Amino acid sequence: MSEKNTTHKEPFLRVSKRKELTPRQSFGLKMISLLLALIAGGIFLAVLGYNPFVIYGTIITGAFRSTLAVQGTVKIMIPLFISALGVTLAYKMQFWNIGAEGQIIMGAIFASYFGLFHDNWPRPLLLLVMFIAAMIGGGLWAILPAIFKNKWNTNETLFTLMLNYIALHIIAFLRDGPWRDPANPGFAKIATFTENATLPKLFGVHIGWVIALILFVLVYIYLKYTKHGYEITVIGGSKATANYAGMNVKKIVLRTIFLSGAICGIAGFSNAAGSDLTLATGVAGGVGFTAIIVAWLADLNPVGILIVSFLFAILDKGSSVIQSAYGLSTDCSDVLEGIILFFVIAGGFFVRYKFVMRKKKSPEATSEAPDMKGGEAA
Amino acid sequence: MRKKILSVILAASMIAACLTGCGGAAATTGTADASAGSGAGLFPAVPKDQIKVGVIHITDPAEGSGYTYTHDLGIQGMQKNLGLADNQIIRKNNTDDGDPTAIENAILECIEEGCQIIFATSYGYMDTCEKVATEYPDVIISHGTGYKSNGKNFNNYFGRIYQARYLSGIAAGLKTESNKIGYVSAFGKTLSETGGGIDAFAMGVESVNPDATVYVKVTNSWYDPEGEAQAAQALISDGCDVIAQHCDTPNPQLAAEEAGVYGVGYNSDMSKDAPKAVLCSVMWDWSAYYTWAVEQVINGTWTGENYYGGMKEGLVTLSDLADFNDPEAAAKIEEARKKMLDGSFNVFDGEIETNDGQIVGTKGGTLDDATIQGGIDWYYKNVVEK
Repeated sequence: MSEKNTTHKEPFLRVSKRKELTPRQSFGLKMISLLLALIAGGIFLAVLGYNPFVIYGTIITGAFRSTLAVQGTVKIMIPLFISALGVTLAYKMQFWNIGAEGQIIMGAIFASYFGLFHDNWPRPLLLLVMFIAAMIGGGLWAILPAIFKNKWNTNETLFTLMLNYIALHIIAFLRDGPWRDPANPGFAKIATFTENATLPKLFGVHIGWVIALILFVLVYIYLKYTKHGYEITVIGGSKATANYAGMNVKKIVLRTIFLSGAICGIAGFSNAAGSDLTLATGVAGGVGFTAIIVAWLADLNPVGILIVSFLFAILDKGSSVIQSAYGLSTDCSDVLEGIILFFVIAGGFFVRYKFVMRKKKSPEATSEAPDMKGGEAA
Repeated sequence: MRKKILSVILAASMIAACLTGCGGAAATTGTADASAGSGAGLFPAVPKDQIKVGVIHITDPAEGSGYTYTHDLGIQGMQKNLGLADNQIIRKNNTDDGDPTAIENAILECIEEGCQIIFATSYGYMDTCEKVATEYPDVIISHGTGYKSNGKNFNNYFGRIYQARYLSGIAAGLKTESNKIGYVSAFGKTLSETGGGIDAFAMGVESVNPDATVYVKVTNSWYDPEGEAQAAQALISDGCDVIAQHCDTPNPQLAAEEAGVYGVGYNSDMSKDAPKAVLCSVMWDWSAYYTWAVEQVINGTWTGENYYGGMKEGLVTLSDLADFNDPEAAAKIEEARKKMLDGSFNVFDGEIETNDGQIVGTKGGTLDDATIQGGIDWYYKNVVEK
């Protein structure tokens, strides 16, 4: 009896960190998870009575079937791509910013103030001011939890998450109260921007995509070739090391988090001025959360983010097309998207971790346990 | 630090350069005009088997009652009337009216599918419809229940629901014993649609029961399941024994049934939801408009005019009366209905006394449609807003 009790300390199944996989192994694992995702989604579709091959085909063709469709796909990609770049800066530093949604919204609110009340300014000037205001809005909303973390070591995950809801309710407050459009007595909304405050189009899509590409280049250079980028990487590896190397960790954290939020704020500006043409409660619409998934699936690599956010946009646009083309309910296409995401994210998990079964009578296996902690040091 | 500022300035100036560079190109997209009509219509005729109709819904028709369901019944009716195939109807469901990008994406997807006409059924879609209509002058966007239009490819459709409200007021006025009638409304007299509806209902009440008062409770939302139920309960506890409504869910009727009082439903036939309470329902039959509109497109006779139909066009109806109505109700309602149909009675006729002692309208005259749709900001004399 007593012998049994001591050996049962080790769980039957536990998670353990993997050794670094080669890029080929990692890629292979991700492909397998994608395949499994398609199979599971296919079973779901078959149960509903649809031919999975036809539906999958439509997702791809739906995203590219015409110029208009491609433009639609790119439009979905813009905010996702920009905010994924934004959160990447924070994650590189192991700062768990899940407040992109709120930062997008604050960016949009700050930009909208000028769009609504200073629309008599010359268009390039007005848009430039809106752009900068959005950066400040998003940046401030992000730096708030960073200040608290620096001062009182608060939990930034919860803090940034909660700020999302506050931001959302600020829009609702402005919509129902001070910024309500008096021309709409039967519906609470904020007035539509005049043309001066809207982003022009290039190749049929608002130039948010140009902004996104410029940001992509800047973020890439910033992370890879500047001193700041290096500092971020060092802090992400270990704060102790950074301190030892004489870096002012607190200052760097604040600076980086501000930039992270500022970039998300730009996504808010681009959505409000490019596509919504007003400030609406749906301005972020969950993009801030999807961006987190995009950033991690891309291993926080800007090039990867470009690819992954494009794939996400295809999935999103294609799912919308199957809804109208096959009369599939919107809930079904959401479930399908969810299934695919679930497997792809699980694939990402298995690149880093593995399950270890309890071995029979091998007490030395416990020596692997400290590995776990390596993953959560922050 | 300096480097960071530099990079921000760099980014900003690149964007500014781009803005000025491509501002001109963007302006040209909206100017193409579709005025090359040959006399009758603005657009060429479309063979019936090639027409595609888009519909943007705010929720899912599968709900089986209320606003979206009623609009989709209209679409199905149109499809049947014209003999269109299922794949000629493109539905975009659950399109959030608080997310202009989602609205735009839904409309554009209908355009991608090749729709020649798209019905946007919710008020909140209006501004986005206006914008997309200027960008795509060859596609007709028909927006329901709002007030904007451009006379070409963006029109507005709505109807004289106040006619049916007047008739339902007769049923309510005859049924009430406490002489207190409740009315749950999304908005009050700040919006002509709701204010006019309340007034018409109150006039119907007064025509058969001058002693009754209509108590209005405003929820400030078109769709607020909880708030609508609470408003109804509050009215009932104040002594109201008939509950009418102008909002999206059947909850006021359910509250009436629960309290053992009566009610007047709206949108769809709500005797389905509360069979023991609903005296009758004020209903839309949107198929009357949808059929008419799609026919215009098929025949090439679309003129871009706004549509404002009523009982005569079959757009507005009153459901069958429940058998627990006052025995006089059917005859009185029929009498008023006849006068409305032959044009001898238009609800807002003559001098009308408001609840703050003003007089609206003129002797021998009747309010014009523009006033009815946008200018009713008063309550009839027997109305009290709670």
